[in-house]
Amino acid sequence: MNPRLLAVVASLAILSMLVGQPVVHAGSPPPQQFQGVTVNLLTFTGPQIAEPLQRRAPDFEKLTGAKINVVIVPFSDLYTKILTDMATGTNSYQAFVFAPQWMVDYITPGYLEQLDDRIKADTAIQWDDIAPFFRNFSAVYNGHIYTVPLDGDFHMVYYRRDILEKDGVKPPETWDDYLAIAQKYQGKDLNGDGKPDYGSCISKKRGAQGWQFVWSFVTPFLQTQGTAQGAFFDTTTMTPLVDNDGWRKAMEIFKQTSQYGPPEEMNMDVGDTRSLFVTGRCALSLDWGDIGSLAIDPATSKVIDKVGSILTPGSKEVVDFKTKKLVPCDATTCPNAINGVNHAPYACFGGWSGGINAAADPKVKDAAYAFLSYMAQPAQSSVDVTLGKTGFNPYRTSMFKNIDPWLKGGFSEAAAKDYLGAIEASLNSPNMVLDLRIPQNQRYLQVVLDTLMSQYLAGEITLDAFQKQLYDGWEEITNELGRDTQLAAYRGSLGVATKRGNLINRTVFSAPSPFGRRGLGG
Amino acid sequence: MHSRLQRLSSTMERIAGHVFIWPAVLIVLFLAIFPLIISLYLSLSRFQFVPGGFQFTFVGLANYNKLLFGSERNHFLGQMMGPSLAGALVFGAVLVFMAWRLVRYGQSGRFSAGGLFQRLVVDAIFGLLLWVVVRTLLSGGFPGTLVVTLVYVFVDIAVQYCLGLALALLVTQRLAGRRFFRVVFLLPMMITPVGVAYIFRMLTDTTKGPFYPIWSLLGLLNFSWVNIPWGARAAVMIGDIWQWTPFMFIVLLAALEGQSMELIEAALVDGANRWQTFWRITLPQVMPVTTTLILIRMIEAFKIVDLPNVLTSGGPGTATESMTLQAYIAWRTLDLGGSAAIAYLLLFLVTLIAVMYINVVRRRVAEA
Repeated sequence: MNPRLLAVVASLAILSMLVGQPVVHAGSPPPQQFQGVTVNLLTFTGPQIAEPLQRRAPDFEKLTGAKINVVIVPFSDLYTKILTDMATGTNSYQAFVFAPQWMVDYITPGYLEQLDDRIKADTAIQWDDIAPFFRNFSAVYNGHIYTVPLDGDFHMVYYRRDILEKDGVKPPETWDDYLAIAQKYQGKDLNGDGKPDYGSCISKKRGAQGWQFVWSFVTPFLQTQGTAQGAFFDTTTMTPLVDNDGWRKAMEIFKQTSQYGPPEEMNMDVGDTRSLFVTGRCALSLDWGDIGSLAIDPATSKVIDKVGSILTPGSKEVVDFKTKKLVPCDATTCPNAINGVNHAPYACFGGWSGGINAAADPKVKDAAYAFLSYMAQPAQSSVDVTLGKTGFNPYRTSMFKNIDPWLKGGFSEAAAKDYLGAIEASLNSPNMVLDLRIPQNQRYLQVVLDTLMSQYLAGEITLDAFQKQLYDGWEEITNELGRDTQLAAYRGSLGVATKRGNLINRTVFSAPSPFGRRGLGG
Repeated sequence: MHSRLQRLSSTMERIAGHVFIWPAVLIVLFLAIFPLIISLYLSLSRFQFVPGGFQFTFVGLANYNKLLFGSERNHFLGQMMGPSLAGALVFGAVLVFMAWRLVRYGQSGRFSAGGLFQRLVVDAIFGLLLWVVVRTLLSGGFPGTLVVTLVYVFVDIAVQYCLGLALALLVTQRLAGRRFFRVVFLLPMMITPVGVAYIFRMLTDTTKGPFYPIWSLLGLLNFSWVNIPWGARAAVMIGDIWQWTPFMFIVLLAALEGQSMELIEAALVDGANRWQTFWRITLPQVMPVTTTLILIRMIEAFKIVDLPNVLTSGGPGTATESMTLQAYIAWRTLDLGGSAAIAYLLLFLVTLIAVMYINVVRRRVAEA
């Protein structure tokens, strides 16, 4: 390197360290390269997810000159807002931070920018450090990279370790255990304020996250043979795997948890249930990784170092798809069982990811990519994932190996290992359930399932009607969009060869373990 | 020269009307008629993204079929059960009443074939709507967005009108502080509906809302408005009534203050008591205003969306979902055809009920 340039880079690095600014890494844009460029970035209201983007945008502007306008809309509007902005040619936004399973609808018409070359040329992002699931599945479609992962998402169960240990109660291994524990603590005072608290807190609000939590209850009954089996549809006929006793049992348990939850549970989103859990009002909760980091925030948490986290509970009975009845787990029916319990951790949502509008001006696209890369680089992301307010959860291998940032973030060593261990167990599970990523997956889940789930919980429809209408509703969408197209997309998303023998999604998946046997933890 | 000027002048006079009227016509066409036609086409088509953009595929009446007979039937019309005894009695009574009206019309001097046809169509549609209400609300089923919307409209407007009239009568009395209350009663109307929804969301939260001590005292901490369909609907209706009663109040106040005092004084001189004065003099005088007021509120009330969306997200289940909210949710998920079909059914319903209402009240107002 030119000695003068080296001296400038070194001075800049020292100066930025001295003033507390993030260091400019190799591969980052040269200082002020994007002077005068403005990037409008669309994401959801949060406050999570938007918070780190808004907080770090001024730092990025100081480094590169690019102004990042973070525009926020409610989560329920985000999918449509992104799509209509690009489809109508309005193109008011040049970058988006969104759910990666929606990308199929953005990529098909050619709206999202392919990022392969940019990623290849970017050393600062440390792409290989991103865990294989997020790097090879969440970010990829049809063999190409379209998004930059900023978050890692898995469902997991949180429990009040202090109370369960005191009472000699083991954390739940199955959903039946979960119900029993929830029942035991319902109405007890769990935070010493003299008021009765709740056994279980799960967001069940319509138009929010309720339908996603349904899946964590259903999957252990349905998927047993590894990730490539899939839990949503039959991989040969694309018929919904809905009309069976597994769904019945799961929905009954899901509804029963409401008896041991807050009265407003059906109108609560995850923000509400998280708030209840960290204020010590719940014995159990099902959530993404967020509660782990929120629970150590001294400003809001009353359960610091009192929280345990585990892999989502499983089932000792699974569906035999020939008879559609439940059969006990054994070596054949549940080859991936742990202690006789079939776990199927649900990689729900896939983690918030950043994408770029292909129709944006090239200079703006460069600036947008540079910002997404900046957010994903370990210097920023390893700190952000330890802060509950960001909504970002760990997704890099280094985040699991190096617990120093977690200790600095306020975790005790035991809590950090417990929390990371639960996520790692999900990531390493050979029976992990992938989120649905086929065209218009939003209609299958956020319209049909969400409405029916809410009607069933409210007692408007019976379980039989729920199953029938869910089956019919999904079939109607599949028939409308084309069974072959949807089947090919579904098989491709699972890494199963299409009828022509090629993979739609060039991932690293191969049954039974999509991620090999390599552990992520240190 | 003079004749040329005359010709020019007459030509300009002839086209002046067109020049003045056409810009307005074009604007109306552009802003109202064209969107109406386009949304009609949307309701008959399916929207899809394809490589390079999007396309609309003509699907005929498939979107309407889905709502009325297909997978969305339970959502739109509700879950229908066999009619209960009470439901059958109500339906039978209404049928007898409609038949009696038709007979009376046939015997009247105003009878015409066109008039009979019009009445038969309106009665048939009204009968179908009532049949849906009877088989959902009165027979142990659950109402769909159509019936929920009708409940919102009729209950809300009835309560708003009665409250608005009572408040207006109150502030026309010579009471202390009436000027202050005139302003205070108007405040809810000035708050955005989303703000009202959030206020009521807090008020109905039994676990941490401002009424927590009261719920606690009553032992209702494990009760939730939003878990019970009628509790949630009541919460939505109370919010809507709270917000829109001031509109009724202000218009009725103006009508009351504008009524002829000579008639009231004459009635009082003739020995009429307060109730008789109100019923025989005041109410007929405010009736023309009432007619317009209820029509405006009715058209507006059919479009209720903010309150159920923010307060309950349409839940529990679909218990509080209005037709507009259903259309909005369909639009949000890019089912543009389904959304437009719901919007057209709503337009049809509003027009039908508005026409029926005008027909009923016009004659009564004229008689009054």
